Amino acid sequence: MVRWVAAVAVITLTAGCSLLVGQEPAQRTVTLVAHDSFVVDPRLLAEFEQRSGIHVEVRTSGDAGELANKLVLSKAAPLGDVAYGVDSTFASRTLREGVFAPYRAADADQGPHRYAQDRQNRLTAVDVADVCVNIDTEWFAAHRMPEPATLRDLTEPRYRGLTAVPDPTTSSPGLAFLLGTVAAFGDPGWQQYWRELAANDVKLSSGWEEVYNQDFSAAAEHGPRPIVLSYASSPAAEVGDDGKPRTKALLDTCYRQVEYAGVLAGAKDPQGAGQLVDFLLSREFQRQAPEQMYVYPAVDGVPLPPNWSASAPLPPRPAELPASEVERNRDRWVQQWRTLVRG
Amino acid sequence: MSPHNRLAVPAAASVVLGFLGLFFAWPVAAIIGMGLHGNVGEVLAEASTWRLVAFTLGQAAASTAVALIAGVPLAYVLARSLIPGRAVLRAVVTVPFVLPTIVVGMAFRALFDVDSGAVLPIVLANAFFNVAVVARTVSGLWSHLDRRAEDAARSLGASKLRAFTSVTLPALLPALGSAAAVVFLFCATSFGVVLVLGGGQYRTLETEIYLRTVQLLDLPGAAALSLLQLAAVVTALLAASFARRRRETALRLRSAAGTARRPQGAQWLVVGAAGLVVCGLLAPIAGLLVRSVSTRDGWGLAGYRALLGTGQQGTLEVTGLEAGLNSVRTAVDATWMALLLGLLASFVLVAVRRRALAESLDVVLMVPLGVSAVTVGFGYLITLHLLPGDLRTSPLLVPFAQALVVTPLVIRMVLPVLRSIDDRLRQAAATLGAGPWRVHREVDVPLAARSVLGAAGFGFVVALGEFGATSFLARPDAPTLPVAIGRLLGRPGELNTQMAYAACTLLMIVTVLAVVLVERLRIRTDAVEEF
Repeated sequence: MVRWVAAVAVITLTAGCSLLVGQEPAQRTVTLVAHDSFVVDPRLLAEFEQRSGIHVEVRTSGDAGELANKLVLSKAAPLGDVAYGVDSTFASRTLREGVFAPYRAADADQGPHRYAQDRQNRLTAVDVADVCVNIDTEWFAAHRMPEPATLRDLTEPRYRGLTAVPDPTTSSPGLAFLLGTVAAFGDPGWQQYWRELAANDVKLSSGWEEVYNQDFSAAAEHGPRPIVLSYASSPAAEVGDDGKPRTKALLDTCYRQVEYAGVLAGAKDPQGAGQLVDFLLSREFQRQAPEQMYVYPAVDGVPLPPNWSASAPLPPRPAELPASEVERNRDRWVQQWRTLVRG
Repeated sequence: MSPHNRLAVPAAASVVLGFLGLFFAWPVAAIIGMGLHGNVGEVLAEASTWRLVAFTLGQAAASTAVALIAGVPLAYVLARSLIPGRAVLRAVVTVPFVLPTIVVGMAFRALFDVDSGAVLPIVLANAFFNVAVVARTVSGLWSHLDRRAEDAARSLGASKLRAFTSVTLPALLPALGSAAAVVFLFCATSFGVVLVLGGGQYRTLETEIYLRTVQLLDLPGAAALSLLQLAAVVTALLAASFARRRRETALRLRSAAGTARRPQGAQWLVVGAAGLVVCGLLAPIAGLLVRSVSTRDGWGLAGYRALLGTGQQGTLEVTGLEAGLNSVRTAVDATWMALLLGLLASFVLVAVRRRALAESLDVVLMVPLGVSAVTVGFGYLITLHLLPGDLRTSPLLVPFAQALVVTPLVIRMVLPVLRSIDDRLRQAAATLGAGPWRVHREVDVPLAARSVLGAAGFGFVVALGEFGATSFLARPDAPTLPVAIGRLLGRPGELNTQMAYAACTLLMIVTVLAVVLVERLRIRTDAVEEF
């Protein structure tokens, strides 16, 4: 009798605990660890779950840099089976630390191979997000001024006091912009460029949020500056009621960030993890990625949403730096930038 | 120590310290320990490190001073003056505390036209957040002070000012000290405000720890700075406890109903000062309200309608309303946990007779307020998988982390009242034959009930607005409102911005409702006290 009571008590208590923790489905679960910006069309995910019999649990973990560092710190007991969102700025660090296991995705040779980081295929490119200077086209029309086109233009006296960018030490697009200037002007040529940019009264803020929402004249709060750093895809979000974009990305100022997915070393279900990586490269996922996450598909031949070809085309010649070079020099460049611009 | 205390005190202490050990001390020690393998000494030797320390302490001290100066007149009005609308006032004063830092940062940034960072907006924004702590902590004790001592001083010829400085102020010192300590800790570790308004130019230990941990993975550097922050925090806490020493004496506490009067003469000046403070608090709030209804084509409610959806092209995984419900659910859990822990802790602190022991316990209980959320969050990563059930990704972790922040507040609001209860009341009750539990029920509970309810309400509101720890731990399918706001502001598109400001308004409405509800309950407990 006592044993029965004890058994019932234990069962009730465990049921109580699982209620608290949330009902875990009995089926196979694969956990995807992603950065904060990961969004997927819920119907598409449900279809994948139905087809594969795998329940996908998504856990987000900060921005790209934070995610990479968390993966490194927890590599002995990984947070999940698959990670998505480590980008080309932080890829080397995770590879050096052995965070990912080799996995060759079915469609890896359909475009993602161009961004491969190592021969073991530990990271598979899922999408690209180009950081570019954006301008308020209406502002330039209203002020009868020619639009700037290149990074060099931003140091011209006529664009003095018109540009706002996020701080590379506190913002990941800001860091991408710094890397873009290194790619464009070389090392140490970028330092002279930044001296001129600072002399031309560039406004620095701690994050993209302040730059875009508060400084940018084309955003909701009508800031004072018509030139800001954002993404190639941002104009797609700023289409007016007439269907025309109010802003434009300057395609000659872009720096490419590739976002990767990979199977985590020590994953509980490596096979299911592989299936999930394949899903991220599937045409269905790739096709909805632009509208959901403001990124461009990595797989070839996936059409962009209709209004994107006019408002937010993929930059044809973005600047890039090899991930290993970034890993080697990042901290030094950031430190030099700080001394140079902040004094 | 009475017989029942001999068992109950160690039991209560072990519950509180066990929770603190598991969800705070262990993770923090583990992550700092990882960093200690590197070259910590190098970081400590850098001049820039010490400039960071100086700026951190300086801006925190300035912010605390401003919050105290602004908060005391408010506390007076809330505790002592019988003017209409005090419940609304209490609610309004509390609103700033729940607003997401990124939003307040942006509001002050617009107000001051900050370019590359400035100190004054940082100090004012920090004070803006913390006026509520001062007003609530101080008014809690003030409303219970027996007016007769003050009246006696007056009848003996003391001026109103003299009566205040020689009778009331000394009696209020424990609450002032408590408030100052809490506000100092909040300001010393404020993250979003410094990041947004400092613009990378001004940095504190907290923003630097974030940078080194999250962006650079420089664990030795982060560990060195965390140790410095910890040392600064413990020093500040010891100083505060030293200042409180012998101040928390037994006072004649009265039921709050009889202590408020209509202001007279010069007292209206204080009411006027409080009015100015309220205007200062309302300005940024009004700015947010205006922004939530302004669109490109004039006024509009698009942002509010968007709360029913998930943002422009599905920025969020849940609707704004669901995020609001998540916030309420999480905050309820955090509040009962914090109340449980805070009351147990207060009980222990009152029961421990050895002053030094009680004070060191008190400091230990406050330390979570002074440690970076990043340090705790990253500590969780490397420790909690060792507990059964891999808590690292459990939804329970959010209320746990919030409870860590709220518990010290509960203690700071309840303890001054409990300590001030004249022990002779308890002894009298015992002499009359009341058992130990009966003594608690008849003496401590009625006198502390209002403070406990006030602490519950404030704790709930703090948990509602908590962003630091929550943003590290919240799951994408269950974001709280502040997390959703941060996410909306992180995307382009006018609708996302409007929705973010509408969500701020929703957060303020929930806050005001919660505070008004608690006020109603408090009035009912007053009625009970009459019998």
